[in-house]
Amino acid sequence: MLTWLSLLFLALFSGAAFMLGKRRAVKTAGGAPRVLHSLPGYYGSYAALWAGAPAALLLLLGTTFGGRVEDAMLQAQRPAVVQSLDVDRQDVFFSDAQAIAQGIAPSEVTYEGELKAALDVKVAEARRIENLVRFSVLGLSGVLALSGFLLAFPRLSADFRARNRVEGWVGGLLMASSIAAVLTTLGIVLSLVWESWRFFQSISPIDFLFGTVWNPQIAMRADQVAAEGAFGAVPLFAGTFLIMLIAMAVAAPVGLYSAIYLSEYANRPVRSVIKPLLEVLAGVPTVVYGFFAALTVGPLFRAGFNALGATMVGGPLDGVGQYLMEVQNQMALVAGVVMGIMLIPFVSSLSDDIINAVPQSLRDGSYAMGATKSETVKKVVLPAALPGIMAAMLLAVSRAVGETMIVTMAAGLQAKLTVNPLDTVTTVTVQIVTLLTGDQEFDSPKTLSAFGLGLTLFVVTLGLNIIALRIVQKYREQYD
Amino acid sequence: MNLNPFALPLVQGHAMTTASPDDSVAAPSIQAAAPQVYAAASTNEIKIHAKDVNVFYGDKQALFDVNIDIPGKSVTAFIGPSGCGKSTFLRCINRMNDTIPTAKVTGVIDIDGSDVNAKSVDPVILRSRVGMVFQKPNPFPKTIFENVAYGPRIHGLATGKAELEAIVESSLKKAGLWNEVADRLHQPGTGLSGGQQQRLVIARAIAVGPEVILMDEPCSALDPIATARIEELIDELRNQFCIVIVTHSMAQAARVSQKTAFFHLGKLVESGSTEDMFTNPRDTRTQDYITGRFG
Ligand SMILES: Nc1ncnc2c1ncn2[C@@H]1O[C@H](COP(=O)(O)OP(=O)(O)O)[C@@H](O)[C@H]1O
Ligand SMILES: [Mg+2]
Repeated sequence: MLTWLSLLFLALFSGAAFMLGKRRAVKTAGGAPRVLHSLPGYYGSYAALWAGAPAALLLLLGTTFGGRVEDAMLQAQRPAVVQSLDVDRQDVFFSDAQAIAQGIAPSEVTYEGELKAALDVKVAEARRIENLVRFSVLGLSGVLALSGFLLAFPRLSADFRARNRVEGWVGGLLMASSIAAVLTTLGIVLSLVWESWRFFQSISPIDFLFGTVWNPQIAMRADQVAAEGAFGAVPLFAGTFLIMLIAMAVAAPVGLYSAIYLSEYANRPVRSVIKPLLEVLAGVPTVVYGFFAALTVGPLFRAGFNALGATMVGGPLDGVGQYLMEVQNQMALVAGVVMGIMLIPFVSSLSDDIINAVPQSLRDGSYAMGATKSETVKKVVLPAALPGIMAAMLLAVSRAVGETMIVTMAAGLQAKLTVNPLDTVTTVTVQIVTLLTGDQEFDSPKTLSAFGLGLTLFVVTLGLNIIALRIVQKYREQYD
Repeated sequence: MNLNPFALPLVQGHAMTTASPDDSVAAPSIQAAAPQVYAAASTNEIKIHAKDVNVFYGDKQALFDVNIDIPGKSVTAFIGPSGCGKSTFLRCINRMNDTIPTAKVTGVIDIDGSDVNAKSVDPVILRSRVGMVFQKPNPFPKTIFENVAYGPRIHGLATGKAELEAIVESSLKKAGLWNEVADRLHQPGTGLSGGQQQRLVIARAIAVGPEVILMDEPCSALDPIATARIEELIDELRNQFCIVIVTHSMAQAARVSQKTAFFHLGKLVESGSTEDMFTNPRDTRTQDYITGRFG
C-alpha cells in the first residue's frame, strides 16, 4: 500500500519535472524554439527520467528484496535459547516472530518461559527492523528523486543534447527487455538440459532413444529402476508421429484448398467474412477441441466403426468385423482428425498470406499469355508460393507434435507401438503430463524422464522451426 | 531533347516485311516465319479499330470516347502524362481489364473486324492472339526454357518435345536472346539481368504466335543500353506483329513508332503519323506536351 502510494507520488513528481524541464528549455530558447538542439519535450523527458527512474528502481528493489533483508537482520543475532533448538525449529521461531510483528496468524507452536521472552524481544525487534527498512527505502528514494532532478535540471540549456540522452535511455530499456527475454529462455533450456542429463545418468540415452517399451510405472519399484526398456521412448514418438500424420492428412489439403479459394477465387465480401472467421477459429483453446474430440467425435467414430463391423461379421471379412465391433472411444484417428481440424485455420491463414505475397505481376503475366485462372493458379501461383507453403506445413507439424490437450483426452494413455489408427496410442506430450501431474518424487527417474522427453521434443520442434524459417527467408529474398 | 524522329539510325519504313500467316495462332507458323513476301501495303491495313471506348473504374471514368485505328505490321506509340489512361486503353485491347472487378468497358474494339468484347469471344483465346509485355519484367520463377514454353504448353501448340524445343528456340531468337542464354536454358529466368528478363518476357509472348503485342512502358525499368537493345528488337519485330507501345519517353516514341497517339486526362487528343505529330502537332496540348511544357 505504502509502496503504491509512494510510486504514485513519484509519478506526480516526475510529471512535474517534465513540465519544469520543458518550460526551462523553452525559456532558455528565448521564444525561438529553433535554437534548441532538441524538441522541448525531450528536455522535459530528460528531467522526468532522472527524477523518476532511479527512485522507482530503488522502490522496486526495496519491495522485492526488503523481506530478505529484514529476515537477515532479524536472524543476525540468535539468543542462546533459540540456538539450542534444532535448525527447523529455529526457522519456525523466526517466522513466527515475523508473523506476530506483522499481525499475521503464527504457527501453532506454543512458546513458554525463556523462549517466550526471547520471542517477545524478537517481535519488538522485527517491528523496529521493518520500520527501519521501509522508511530508509522511502527516504532514500525521495533523496534519489530530488537529487536526480537537481542534477538534471541545471544541465538543460539550449545546446544540451536532450534527444540523444533520452534516446539512450529508451535504447537501454529496449535492450534490457530483450536481454530479459533471452535470459529466461536460456534459463529454461539450461534447466531442461541439466535435468535431462541427470536422467541420462540412470537411463542410457541409447535405451531411451531406441528402446521400444515405455513403462515408467515399473521403474517405480527399486528393484526395477534400470529394468531394460522401461524407458524406451520409441512408442511415444511413434504415437506422436502417427497422430501428426493423421492431423496433417486432414489439415494440409483442407487448409491449402481453403487458402487457394480465399486468395484466388473468393470475392471481397466473402473474403472479408471468412478470413476473420478463420482467425477466430485459430484462437479456440485446444482444451475445447479436446472435449469436442472426447465427447463428440470419439463416440461418433466408435458407433460408426461398430456398426460397420456388425455388417461384416459372418461374411468373408469376419475377422475385421469382429475387430471393428470392439473399437473403443479412444483412438489415434479421433485425436488426429480433431487436431487436423484445429490446424486447418492455422495452415489456411498462413498459406493465404503466402499466396497473397506472390506478386500480382506474375498473375498478370500468366493471364496475358491466355492462361485460364486455374492454369495460372496451378502453374504460376502455387509453384511460386510452394516454398512458403512448405514452411507453413512444417510449422503446422511442429504444432501438431507439441499439442497435448486433444491427445490426452482423445487418444488414450497406453504406450503402444502400432500404426493402427483405430488403436489407442499415446504421445510424448501426454506422457510428460501424466509423469508430472499428481504427487511425485522429483528425483526418481520416472519424473526426470519427463525432462528427457521434453528435451527430445524441443530439439525436434526447434529443428522443424529452423528449417521452416530458413525456407521462408529464402522465399522472401526471391521477390525483393 | 531531340525530337527529330529520324535522328537515330534505325532504318525507317522497311519496305520488306515478313508476312506471317494471319492465323498465326497455329504453331507451325512460328517456324515458317522466314522473310519472304513483299508486303509494304500491309503496313497501312488497319488491324485494331476502336470506337467510342469509355472505361470506368467503379464510379470514376478513366477513358472518354476514345476512337482510334491501329495499323497492323507497324508500331503505334501511346504517349501522354501519367494517369491519362494509356495503360487502361492498352488493357482494353486484350481484355486484361476483366481481371479488375471494378473496371467496366463500353464501346467497340475490333481486331480484324471482330469485336473483342463480344459475348462469343473467350478472353483466354483473345489473349493468345494479343500478347502483352509489362513495365516491370515479370518472368515466372521457372527456368528460362519453362518460361518460354509456358504459353505453347497451355495452348497445346506443340505435339512433342522436339517441336516445343523448336518453338522455344525460334522465340528466343526472335527476341534476340538466344545467343545469351542458349547454354543455360535450364537456369532460372529470374537470374537474368533486367534487360534480358524483358526480352525473355517478349520471347514468352512471341512463343504463342500472337498477331498483336502490347507493351506497357517496357523500358521504364531498364538502363539506357538495355533500352536501346529493346528498341532495336521492337523495330525488328514490327515486320511480323502489330505492336502497340506505351512510353513516357517522347524520344522513344519518335525512334520506334510509325504512328503516335496522344492521350490527355482520359481523352485521345490526337493521333497520326509519328512524323506529323512531332513536327506538326495540331492540338496545342500536344504541342505543349511534346515540347516539354507539361507532363
Ligand atoms: N485498377 C484501378 N482501379 C481504379 N482506378 C484505376 C485503376 N487503374 C487505373 N486507374 C485510374 O485510371 C486512370 C488512368 O490510369 P492509367 O491507365 O494507369 O494511366 P497511365 O497508364 O496513362 O499512367 C488513373 O486516374 C488511375 O488512377
Ligand atoms: Mg501506365
